[in-house]
Amino acid sequence: MSVGLEHYLGLSAILFGIGLWIALAKRNAIIVLMGIEIMLSSVNLMMLAFSRFVPGPRPLTGHIFAIFILTVAAAEASVALALAVTVYRNRGTVDIDKVNLMRS
Amino acid sequence: MALGFWSLGALAVLAALGIVLTQNLLHAVLFLILSFIAVAGLFLTLSADFVAVAQVLIYAGAVGVLIVFAIMLTPSGERRNADTAFFGPGFILGGLITTVMGFVAFTTPWETVQRGGFETTVAAIGESLTNRWALPFEIASVLLIVAMIGAIVLVRAADPEDLPSADQPVPDISDDARPAGREVVAAGRGEHT
Repeated sequence: MSVGLEHYLGLSAILFGIGLWIALAKRNAIIVLMGIEIMLSSVNLMMLAFSRFVPGPRPLTGHIFAIFILTVAAAEASVALALAVTVYRNRGTVDIDKVNLMRS
Repeated sequence: MALGFWSLGALAVLAALGIVLTQNLLHAVLFLILSFIAVAGLFLTLSADFVAVAQVLIYAGAVGVLIVFAIMLTPSGERRNADTAFFGPGFILGGLITTVMGFVAFTTPWETVQRGGFETTVAAIGESLTNRWALPFEIASVLLIVAMIGAIVLVRAADPEDLPSADQPVPDISDDARPAGREVVAAGRGEHT
């Protein structure tokens, strides 16, 4: 059975669902960030699958998009981890259930 | 291509599931890196060589090391991988989104083309980044510098007395990482001066 576009899209959907599950289910802020990274990575997979299989005048645009997603994900990871360290310094925990200053 | 897709896809999905199911935070990071490398292999099956190498370098290398550092800077008591109350609802929501997206993927009549992969993408990507996508490329560099400065400003010592000065010995690294130990260090510093 030959592998086509829909298989890559299905795999990307599975990875996105798992990333969403991680981001929702885990209590540690760093693990939540890991779930977001999994979701971004699955979106990259989808971009590259479309770029490979769908005809168009500029077939490499999906690659450019994936590179920019990679860049933004790296910047986001650095800032988010710095935020996690700052929250830990101020609150003594990175448990997102205990970071509830705005809840009266 | 089919064998690579199925094996690497199964590896990526199982490693991602391992992040949810493991109880150790460091094992979760290793599962994350394994999943990233499997996804990079999937990029190779799509003949996206440059993005695959960038994925290994940036995600598996840089982001993985960054997450390990963040885990080391947070308390060891929190290294268990506890769940929130959204463990069940999150699974249902993720499953629903996967089902809908998979349904759309498998029922839409995609207008695909069999062109047998790109030869090499690096030269073409480099040309596009300097011609057509030059402005987003420059904006990305500005974004990276803003993120770097922001991260430095966020994690540097907040009060001036934490900064090392000339007449004081350089405080050890764990000074910043442990708020509980800060009073002890400050008291010791008072004795010296």
